[in-house]
Amino acid sequence: MGLTITEKIFREHSKDATLNAGDFVLVRVDKCLANDITAPIAIDVFNEIVSGTSNEVFNPNKIILIPDHFTPNKDIASAKQCQILRNFALKYKIKSYFEVGRGGIEHCLIPELGLVLPGDIFIGADSHTCTYGALGAFATGVGSTDLGVALASGKCWFKIPESLKLIYSGKLNKWVSGKDLILYTIGQIGVDGATYKAMEFTGNVITSLPMADRLTMCNMAIEAGGKSGIIPPDNITKEFLEKRGFSSNKMFLSDLDADYIESIEFECDNLEPQVALPHLPENTKPISEVSNERIELNQVVIGSCTNGRIEDLRIAAKILKNHRIKTNLRCIIIPGTQNIYLKALKEGLIEIFISAGAILSTPTCGPCLGGHMGILADGEVALSTTNRNFKGRMGHIKSEVYLSSPAVAAASAIEGYITSPE
Amino acid sequence: MYDIKNINTDVIIPARYLVSSAPDLLAQHCMEDLDPNFMLKVKEFNYSILVTNSNFGCGSSREQAPISLKTAGIKCVIAPSFARIFFRNAINIGLPILEIEKINLLKSGDDLKIDLTSGLIENLTTNMKIRVKKMPKFIQNIINSNGLINYSRKFLIPKN
Repeated sequence: MGLTITEKIFREHSKDATLNAGDFVLVRVDKCLANDITAPIAIDVFNEIVSGTSNEVFNPNKIILIPDHFTPNKDIASAKQCQILRNFALKYKIKSYFEVGRGGIEHCLIPELGLVLPGDIFIGADSHTCTYGALGAFATGVGSTDLGVALASGKCWFKIPESLKLIYSGKLNKWVSGKDLILYTIGQIGVDGATYKAMEFTGNVITSLPMADRLTMCNMAIEAGGKSGIIPPDNITKEFLEKRGFSSNKMFLSDLDADYIESIEFECDNLEPQVALPHLPENTKPISEVSNERIELNQVVIGSCTNGRIEDLRIAAKILKNHRIKTNLRCIIIPGTQNIYLKALKEGLIEIFISAGAILSTPTCGPCLGGHMGILADGEVALSTTNRNFKGRMGHIKSEVYLSSPAVAAASAIEGYITSPE
Repeated sequence: MYDIKNINTDVIIPARYLVSSAPDLLAQHCMEDLDPNFMLKVKEFNYSILVTNSNFGCGSSREQAPISLKTAGIKCVIAPSFARIFFRNAINIGLPILEIEKINLLKSGDDLKIDLTSGLIENLTTNMKIRVKKMPKFIQNIINSNGLINYSRKFLIPKN
């Protein structure tokens, strides 16, 4: 029986050629990541474990610390959390610590800098760490205790996941993006449709899908309960790495006779842009149905680790150019990293956004998780390019969040209700 | 008992409270967006077992979710299934969790006796016994060490 990409990555890391899906392993990780919410607890765990031993991190070059959730510090309490992170980074000479102003949203920043490579095992104390599967890495979210242990030992325990093969065929319509593919998928299989599994995205639609869209798809694997999302690395992966001065000799591919728990094929010719209705990402409907309901909006958010890349901002700018945001609607646009921000500035996108009446935010997770920079009041409705629309996610427990692509979000910001970019 | 599916970690502990990682502060707000009386039930009426429907703990990886439940006084969570990051976080911090299909065999206010080692739930109110599928040995070892920190001390960290 052949092997999946995921099984191959685990065999390579453990040097155990007998391992298969379902086996438990304690394995070395290539990189581990934490942010201002998850690192403080992980650091406590680390300190508890190393007390009385060498008192060192396993490898300062393999640890990434990024304050991005409640930054720039939204209050004294969050300032303290960031201080813990910064002091730890200084004490242990962590090279990949990205201060506010020199980094951005972790899952936009890490691929941008080439800090994750195909074939890596990457753990992050953040559920959207699964984003990096877009590069053919096994990447998954863990908790702070797992991360604390990894800071000390460089190891993490796993049950090697079974793989769910998702095959996308056909030709995508204009305005249909990776975000629409993943929202549609979650709508079909449900928020627990891939629990414990690696979601392997394949098919002719995926092989021609740009890296930004691949990152968006893998980013939301967790929203179907997936342990990871993964895309077979190919020429698009290679080009993405080469642009950043990297290459890889671990571009694993699944064997033709690999064992999948299930394969699902989606015919995409007639797929429309999708919208997830409150309060679960699985409540998806095509835009034509949603726009008939004329759902009025108080706020539109374009950004996040899901859709805060330069490609997303370009699409939004294309639609917003020479238009005005609807009166009394707040449109908040958040470039994912400082580099993306600068690129958007040079390309003239920022001017388009400001002229349209949108507000630009510094890179931050901010409103996505109801942190700051755009919290909703009782009864308010938002359309957001983020990843979760749980009750109260973006603010008041009686506020509502709809999820969509940047194209749908930008078009809706102009009209004031959820509508198609057509 | 909350017969609700997909109770996510934003509900277990909303992000607005994550500016601090102090367990006691987190516990004060545990589950408040789902049930404002949650802490009252735990503290005043001594409820100590949380039963919910499937996919409990989906969403964010925040370990503050199982920490807040454990600190609030929850001794065991029972559900047909758990989201995977919550699952491993609970195991790692030593919050017992059990998977049973038929949560309708349990009602709010039932007296339960749970033996985690043998995986036996005794419903003392209805005189019913439910045997739970055993956890894999690898996970048993972490549970028996009272969580990943102790487990790691024994097996992971090279002695200098």
